[in-house]
Amino acid sequence: MSVVTGRRARRSMSVPAWTARICVGVIALYAFVTVFAPLLSPYGETEIVGAPFEPASSEFWMGTDNLGRDMLSRLIWGARNTVGVALAVTVLSFVIGGTLGLMAAVRGGLADQVLSRVADALMALPPLVLALLLLTVFGTGFASLVTVIALIDATRVFRVARAAGLDVASMDYVEAARIRGEGLFSIIGREVLPNVKAPLTAEFGLRFCFVFLFIATLSFLGLGLQPPAADWGGMVRDNASLVLYAELTPLYPALAMAVLTVAVNLTVDHVLKRAADPRS
Amino acid sequence: MGALILRRIALALLALVLISLVVFASVELLPGDFADVILGQSATPEAVAALRQGLGLDEPAVGRYLGWVSGALQGDFGQSLASGRAVSELIGGRLVNTGFLAAYAAIVAVPLSVTLGAVAALYQSSFADRVINILSLGFISLPEFFVGYVLILVFAVNLGVLPSLALLTPEMSFGEMLVRTLLPAMTLVMVVTGHMMRMTRTALVDILSRPYIEMAELKGVGRARIVFWHALPNAVGPIANVIAINLAYLVVGVVVVEVVFVYPGIGQLFVDSVSSRDLPVVQACCLIFASVYIILNLLADVAQLLSNPRLRQPK
Repeated sequence: MSVVTGRRARRSMSVPAWTARICVGVIALYAFVTVFAPLLSPYGETEIVGAPFEPASSEFWMGTDNLGRDMLSRLIWGARNTVGVALAVTVLSFVIGGTLGLMAAVRGGLADQVLSRVADALMALPPLVLALLLLTVFGTGFASLVTVIALIDATRVFRVARAAGLDVASMDYVEAARIRGEGLFSIIGREVLPNVKAPLTAEFGLRFCFVFLFIATLSFLGLGLQPPAADWGGMVRDNASLVLYAELTPLYPALAMAVLTVAVNLTVDHVLKRAADPRS
Repeated sequence: MGALILRRIALALLALVLISLVVFASVELLPGDFADVILGQSATPEAVAALRQGLGLDEPAVGRYLGWVSGALQGDFGQSLASGRAVSELIGGRLVNTGFLAAYAAIVAVPLSVTLGAVAALYQSSFADRVINILSLGFISLPEFFVGYVLILVFAVNLGVLPSLALLTPEMSFGEMLVRTLLPAMTLVMVVTGHMMRMTRTALVDILSRPYIEMAELKGVGRARIVFWHALPNAVGPIANVIAINLAYLVVGVVVVEVVFVYPGIGQLFVDSVSSRDLPVVQACCLIFASVYIILNLLADVAQLLSNPRLRQPK
């Protein structure tokens, strides 16, 4: 989904099984590259190995970048930075937003009111605008980047978790657990969570795409991960001038992002459809 | 109904006040003192004191907020920290440029995506529907800057028919401006069309699956009459809603596209000011973007209310 929007069109696409299989394979490939980046890349992440903007050769398969670093190595290391950071941020936003959302759903009352209004207020601003504001205030370091994006994303997770939790919280078995005198976290962990796992897992995939593209966009704007770390958004920015010489190199990182986003989206579609209709 | 719309407008105003508070409070959130942050460690105490006074940091927060808001309402956003010029002066011309680009993209994107969305909905699971679906998923998944650079590569570099940079000069004719900004506008169109098409399709599919449409089909009413006479009146509201929501996206999508094409708009200024931590400019940009976003969302809701009498009934 588009980064700037933060919302996504409702989907209605059916995905054939073989497409879903390919997509899972693609995701596995990205995971493999992310984990084994140091072994796979021919050169170091920030190692200067040649002249700036050398064309592709047997030595540098994708040529070199604006500072003479190997593009392929940067692309592989970039997977680690871009995908890894996005995954960490998504997990963080699920821990914050998911916990608060389920708490609001089960507890209800004033806590729910306050949390919901805070989330509404934060969501009244477009995500990119809020992120730019907060990054100005806290600076563009790694810690503030992670915190700011996790915070923005947590508001969306909160909404979804609360809605899913509300459906479950009205069930008799939750009422029974309440009457048994179980505590809030025991109810959330043992009664609610197992029943909202499916929608939250699907949401995780979609939130990951959002965070991933969001970080890439901020890096492209020069406000995300800071150099010399290799990340895909920043690599496009650094080498963009090559486009004017009909070189495709700067577009590889962007293409890598697009492929992963499509793969995750289609997989989520498939999983959701399977969950809705197990026979298909 | 008037009361409902008034209530919705009141809510939007409340949201604007809340946002102005958030934007203002961002200065208060700064770790330590803003003056120290800007001037750095080596600043003399006199310089810090002078800047604090210049920013009005030595006054109470409530008074500063009221002063800032009343200034903003009159178009006075204070002075840029980076250049010392009035923020309104920096923003003025750029705001017009950004408005031009957004309007250009909207005028192309709205009819295009509504038509394509309608085609996809009317001929469900046909070849056209599949192509439209795949295209929209593609545009939604691609980063905005990717679309922009591919367009530059194809039209500016390979074909050489359009300029790659969207530089504007005051003496340009309107036609020339349209050509100059065609690539950024097309990028925005593609990005926003993906969403708009899908949402239009969903809204129409929802209406076409209602029992009264099936009834009309069973009565033997012709297809064109079903679409224009039975379905369209009910679809106007959802579609207007979709358009307003997507125009709100477009206003923000402009930020990335302006950076790609080095377009002299407010989005570029926004990003530059974040890098240099020029807070007054960032605050002004935030307020402007947020206001437009909220107003368009308000319009979306009002369109929904006007078109669907059921929503006007108190529950």
